[in-house]
Amino acid sequence: MTQIQEVSIDQFKHLVSERAIRGETMLLNMGPQHPSTHGVLRLILELDGETVVNCISDIGYLHTGIEKNMEAKTYQKAEVMTDRLDYMNTMGNNLAYVMAVEKLVDVDVPVRAQALRVILVELQRIASHLVWLGAFGLDLAAMSVFLYCFRERERILDIFEMVSGQRMMTTYIRPGGLWRDVPVEFEKAVRDFVNMFHKRVDEYERLMTRNPIFIDRLVGIGYLDKKTALSYGVTGPTLRASGVNWDIRKATPYLGYEQYDFNVPVSDDCDTYARYIVRIQELRESLKIIEQAMNKLPLGPVRSENRKFVPPPRSEIGVSMESLIHHFKLWTEGFLAPKGSIYNAVESPRGELGVFLESDGGPKPYRVHMRTPSFDNLAVLPEITKGHLVADLVAILASIDIVLGDIDR
Amino acid sequence: MVIIMDKKLEPIVKDLQDKFNVTYEEHRGEVHCFVKPEQIVEALTLLRDKHQFELLSALTAVDYYPQNNPRFHVIYQLTSLEKIAFIQLRVPVNGDNPKVPTGTGVYDTCNWRERELMDMFGIEFENHPDPRRILMPEGTEGHPLRKDFPLGYEEPQFTFNFEDIDVRKPYAKE
Repeated sequence: MTQIQEVSIDQFKHLVSERAIRGETMLLNMGPQHPSTHGVLRLILELDGETVVNCISDIGYLHTGIEKNMEAKTYQKAEVMTDRLDYMNTMGNNLAYVMAVEKLVDVDVPVRAQALRVILVELQRIASHLVWLGAFGLDLAAMSVFLYCFRERERILDIFEMVSGQRMMTTYIRPGGLWRDVPVEFEKAVRDFVNMFHKRVDEYERLMTRNPIFIDRLVGIGYLDKKTALSYGVTGPTLRASGVNWDIRKATPYLGYEQYDFNVPVSDDCDTYARYIVRIQELRESLKIIEQAMNKLPLGPVRSENRKFVPPPRSEIGVSMESLIHHFKLWTEGFLAPKGSIYNAVESPRGELGVFLESDGGPKPYRVHMRTPSFDNLAVLPEITKGHLVADLVAILASIDIVLGDIDR
Repeated sequence: MVIIMDKKLEPIVKDLQDKFNVTYEEHRGEVHCFVKPEQIVEALTLLRDKHQFELLSALTAVDYYPQNNPRFHVIYQLTSLEKIAFIQLRVPVNGDNPKVPTGTGVYDTCNWRERELMDMFGIEFENHPDPRRILMPEGTEGHPLRKDFPLGYEEPQFTFNFEDIDVRKPYAKE
């Protein structure tokens, strides 16, 4: 183990302006322990007075080697690692990985499982946007929004606990379907939440959307034009706030998203306020999807019958020798995926969450790459903060909605 | 002659074939084109400007150790928002001195993604504007996602061997 070197100005010489080297501007360290960086992100700011001349992001403080660890586990066991990536979007991460595995081995998923997946993923989207909204308000010194948002998020986490036994690290969506069917109380809990939440979104909007201080701080701040956004690979609500109508749920529908009637909020204003508006509207659109999915939730199995990839139900193991063998093989060796590689992307609350899987024909993935949206969304930060005040940088950083677990993997 | 399931991609692959003599394969509806390292910047520029692949979705690599030539595949996953089309470019790279020209001039997202590959696989991107490690700390030895890099673990300490392991266990230095 080598000694970890200290970071010095010499490493950033090519990134800062001449004036910083002459000592006319100041280099200031923001983070890694700073409440406004939403985790362990370190920003090295070059400041002229209070104006940001340059901003250098230093990431990797939360790097846990998830991609490397997944190579050493079977396909089913590697799924547990995906929860830890973007801890605000656990169901969505499970879904992205599981859909990639299903595409690789070619398993069909029953319609009930697909509808339930849609409901859970959209609930997760609401929960993730609620955390974002709360933290966004907190960064702009609006404390009460944070408390309200976390109150509602708790209801969603209760639903997750009801179905999977876990509030956050769910691993509920499994290759070939779901871990098990939802309990009978699920329907009432989701309907109660949906009925209650319509009014709550109005409440948040009354607190923030037309708030003059809020508008003063956000309008015209952090202008991100369409071309820069696309070049930097920015996706999700941040891209849609720059006037690009791109949502993977609409472009290449998966899980039967084409059956649901919902809009993709887009704004041409390209600033921090637009990013806020797009996300608030997405809360309502997600609610619409959940309502429709609940109304036509089909009955039937929630797991594929393909026993080569999906374990049999517990009740069968006692009476069927084949089921016992399948169960044993799947939980010891795992299933063998055919050779080849696939890339599958889904729309996470932050953008395009893509999973690249390469298989060498064995029971473990040869290479997993998670294309996480926050990574590219953060890379654009220096472009959009130049010339703004430090206080605005906090608002911009909050508006692009990063999760450090998603960036560092 | 190019025959692909997704008809939108046929003229694009044909164009790539005419200009860069690429080979392609189709797997589960995805098209993978194999491009030589020295041609990748031109191929990316062509795809972005002529065929509206505005978004470089993912940039990653696979290590095929112990095979050495090619040892790595650098993978560019491109998305066209206009046509709703997806194409993958694969660049086979030699294991002895892995080098690919940087794509930062074409897509800005290459900057961080290439730094990640430099960090994780030790693939050098020529003329990269900011060739520093991105995830691992400065001064780390080796490239963790290479297949010959061991997956590390911490030895569990029990009462009978606590002292023995404690001697060789790495702690953070003062």
